[in-house]
Amino acid sequence: MTALTQSGISLLAAIQEGIPIRPPAASSIAEGVDRLHFFLTGLTLFFTALIFGIIFYFMVKYRRRSEDERPAETEDHLALELTWTLVPTLLTVVIFVWASSLYFRNSRPPSASMEIFVVGKQWMWHLQHPEGPREINELHVPMGVPVKLTMTSEDVIHDFYVPAFRVKKDVVPGRYTSLWFQATKTGIFHLFCAQYCGADHAEMIGWVYVMTPADYAAWLSGGVRNESMSQAGGRLFNQLGCVTCHVADGTGRGPALVGIYGKQETLRSGEIRVVDEALIRQAIVNPNSIILPNYPPIMPTFQGQINEEQVLQLIAYVKSLGPEERKLNAK
Amino acid sequence: MADTAIHNAHPSGFAHQFEDMEQQHEAGSLGMWVFLVTEIMFFGGLFACYAVYRALHLPAFELGSRLLDVRFGAANTAVLIASSLTMALAIHAAQTGKRKSVVMYYLVLTMILGAAFLGIKFTFEWRHDFVEHLVPGFGFEVRPEWGAVGQQVPMFFCFYFFMTGLHALHMIIGIGILTVLTVMASGGRFDEQYYAPLEVSGLYWHFVDIVWIFLFPLLYLIGGHYAMAGGH
Amino acid sequence: MSSTVTDIQHGAPAESSRVHYLNANYGIKSWLLTTDHKRIALLYLGSITLMFFVGGAFAVLMRLHLIEPQGALVEPDTYNKLFTLHGVIMVFFFLVPSIPATLGNFLVPMMIGARDLAFPRLNLLSWYIYIVGAIFTLYAAISGGLDTGWTFYTPYSSSFSHTQVVPVALGVFITGFSSILTGLNFVVTIHKMRAPGLTWFRLPLFIWAMYATSIIFILGTPVIAITLFLLGLERLLHIGIFDPAIGGDPILFQHLFWFYSHPAVYIMILPGMGVMSELITCFSRKKIFGYSFVGFSSMAIAVISFLVWGHHMFVTGQSIYAGLIFSVLSFLVAIPSAIKVFNWTATLYKGSISYQAPMLYALGFIGLFTMGGLTGLFLASLATDVHLNGTYFIVAHFHYIMVGGAVMAYLGGIHFWWPKITGRLYPDGWARFAALVIFVGFNLTFFPQFMLGYLGMPRRYAVYPAEFQVLNVMSSAGASILGIGYLIPLIYLVWSMRYGPVAGPNPWGARGLEWETPSPPPTENFDEIPVITEEAYDYANPHPGVARG
Repeated sequence: MTALTQSGISLLAAIQEGIPIRPPAASSIAEGVDRLHFFLTGLTLFFTALIFGIIFYFMVKYRRRSEDERPAETEDHLALELTWTLVPTLLTVVIFVWASSLYFRNSRPPSASMEIFVVGKQWMWHLQHPEGPREINELHVPMGVPVKLTMTSEDVIHDFYVPAFRVKKDVVPGRYTSLWFQATKTGIFHLFCAQYCGADHAEMIGWVYVMTPADYAAWLSGGVRNESMSQAGGRLFNQLGCVTCHVADGTGRGPALVGIYGKQETLRSGEIRVVDEALIRQAIVNPNSIILPNYPPIMPTFQGQINEEQVLQLIAYVKSLGPEERKLNAK
Repeated sequence: MADTAIHNAHPSGFAHQFEDMEQQHEAGSLGMWVFLVTEIMFFGGLFACYAVYRALHLPAFELGSRLLDVRFGAANTAVLIASSLTMALAIHAAQTGKRKSVVMYYLVLTMILGAAFLGIKFTFEWRHDFVEHLVPGFGFEVRPEWGAVGQQVPMFFCFYFFMTGLHALHMIIGIGILTVLTVMASGGRFDEQYYAPLEVSGLYWHFVDIVWIFLFPLLYLIGGHYAMAGGH
Repeated sequence: MSSTVTDIQHGAPAESSRVHYLNANYGIKSWLLTTDHKRIALLYLGSITLMFFVGGAFAVLMRLHLIEPQGALVEPDTYNKLFTLHGVIMVFFFLVPSIPATLGNFLVPMMIGARDLAFPRLNLLSWYIYIVGAIFTLYAAISGGLDTGWTFYTPYSSSFSHTQVVPVALGVFITGFSSILTGLNFVVTIHKMRAPGLTWFRLPLFIWAMYATSIIFILGTPVIAITLFLLGLERLLHIGIFDPAIGGDPILFQHLFWFYSHPAVYIMILPGMGVMSELITCFSRKKIFGYSFVGFSSMAIAVISFLVWGHHMFVTGQSIYAGLIFSVLSFLVAIPSAIKVFNWTATLYKGSISYQAPMLYALGFIGLFTMGGLTGLFLASLATDVHLNGTYFIVAHFHYIMVGGAVMAYLGGIHFWWPKITGRLYPDGWARFAALVIFVGFNLTFFPQFMLGYLGMPRRYAVYPAEFQVLNVMSSAGASILGIGYLIPLIYLVWSMRYGPVAGPNPWGARGLEWETPSPPPTENFDEIPVITEEAYDYANPHPGVARG
């Protein structure tokens, strides 16, 4: 009972303030998604009202007036059946085409994206900027710049969700997933974990800080001077002994890694793969699943010896190796 | 129509929710076929997982397959096919009105062959695998000579034991059913009019046989056998 | 409560001396060892009702907890167990068996003119299997609970959770066989035991719905069984088939899980749609509009339901092309449901409509199912699903269909066939009042959740940002009303079993073979198996069954 009274009071208060209907629309895709959402809302309300309305009308008009009333049989009507089969079908085709093309456009990051690397673990988000700053449960980004997140999990499946940007992607152990967004407004926006991940799933939340490019540059260069991701990766590359086999001039037992990022390689099995983040990660944790021709399958696995963030740092290091950095087109 | 059917004398085994023996027989057969469809979906889920992991980790699966002894697998295949033959002969014997001892003879022979299958599998194959530390979850040891695909070899053996284990469970249940049928046969329950329990059990037995026919190549024959000498 | 035409077919003898299925034998053994499909239906009715209120109690606790952003009632660990067990119990132990195991078991033989199902002992076995599964799950609930969500996603469930994953998985695994046996029984019965003259296209649409549901039982349930079996082995033996460390794929679990669990939601709604066809026709006194369309749409739903599971996984990182295929098929599966809604509405046209409680439930179903189904379009649409997946929008969508749809159909059916099952009439005034309370409570509970989801509140959150509080409080208020609404029928239905007026064979003036037997029916259903000569829903004929022998 107290719940009811309490809720009544809250309700009245909220009605005075206005209950929010939309989350902030703070990304380049938000308006497009909202347009589709409101179209579907209108459609839902229209058809619900239509059906309820017709039912109500029939309920009144054809209410039983006497006990032995027995209505005449109405005949089936094929044209009507086909109409109300084809019209919904057409409607769904329209919605499908609209939604799919929107999804296609929304899924492909522009090639000049700024990259951020995310590791989700129970129950926090670790975010790494390539230039060095590391954040926990917070992400600072500049407005108006496409940002691509490459993400993985240390443990269970999580999900990176920023309602204001209308973006969401699962964060899965053992592989990389990615999402991109371009913020169109400065401000502070919710970040949620949206895939149940255990006890403190509801605490695995944070904030995205969208700043003007100038403010972002200031933020980036201020604060604690961390080594960049590729510097950290280079350090690991030496510490873990990778440099012993992967000699830069190609004289080692393993292939030289200079310029390898973005190249197409043919594996011993005949398969052709592009060297992207996922392949480099695979090479580190499960080396002999991707044997290159002319090289013996002797690389040991580093699984369990380094965490996902360190893997990302090694990848950043490999990406940074000359002679020129090949930009990988958005996958 | 209903009345006459009810008042006719029915063979033993008639169940009164049915109108006549023909309806009962048809219902029983259809019921067993529907049940086998559920079994296909049950094993099918396992086969689907196997297919996915084999596609992802072919070298590990081939290596694991070479560690199995194809001779035992082949012997078991022959044993099971023979047992399907004896099962069919048991049904045929009842259908053609042979003496109950003939029916029982073939049923018992089927059971012996089924038990032989299980004997080969458990005492020769599984026990050996256990001793060689090839059973995931029971002290599996990744051997260095497997190279770096060794990490995924346990996956193959997971599927080997799941699939053959589930199959063996179905065999054990089948042998139980055959025991019941043998007892029924010994009581003279089956004749040319009434052999439906034999027939539907035969369907089950043949199904279990067919599952093995799929399992054998998928588990024992991938990976170019004989390529690795002394694998076990 | 007004009783409508009472057809006096066979001159019912005095109630006290007539033998029927309820008084044919007494004693607990006669119930626990029965093979009568009608008694088994009642055994299921009792067990399912119990599980419904257990699952409902968890829901009430959850909604009470959520009136405050930091949680008003329990620790997050406990909350996580509450929503998990609410889901497990409601899905596997209430919704999946509900109409098939109670109304289906009772009515399928009667509607087709048979004396029982094809395999009565398997039917009893299926109830015992259900009970064993339920006991495992309830045991797990009180001895540590489960906190993985009803979806058991790996690797959390296989390698990280410290709760009773294996006992609950085992309970669900076992209960799955109960579904399989029920489905098998229905398929064989409907194929082989129809009365003479009862061709497929003369069957009541409830039978078509049971048949389509049974197809899904048979094809889908074994897959969840093997999935849970693998999960159990993984957890017990630590072998890692869903663990990336040895090459396992946690997403493979999701494919396996949803391959059953999507068709499962059609198991939960198709029987309700079957009930709809029976209620709408009876309470508008007209044959169904578009019989073949409604019948075939049930089959179409059953088939297409197996092709759409990936729409639960659009944001897992699956390829865009896989997403497109699952999206277009998910749109396709909506069409047969739309066809049904239009046909039911058209059946009302120029009918003679009365408003007893079953009809109120039916009309509520049509509206709420329409809304729930249309909100599915938001989720079939890839672009909007990205934003809405994992939020309260999903929770609202499926509750609209499962509670606003399936549970209302279930209640409508229970009320409609109550006189036949018990031989008593329930008080229709109270029933209509309860239906209204449920309708209002339901909408107040779940409509705000659409808004919460769109605003971005994720599901399965034990605590939430303060800005979401108002809508949460509204939802919890609705839940209190809904809870009360469900208790009212429990009270008057139980009351009516003892004190309700005695019912005749056909208090609603309905059509269908079950209404041509006394209420309650004799154990063998029919003295003589009828021969059928007319079409289903023969409401234009004022004297049904007179032409028959």
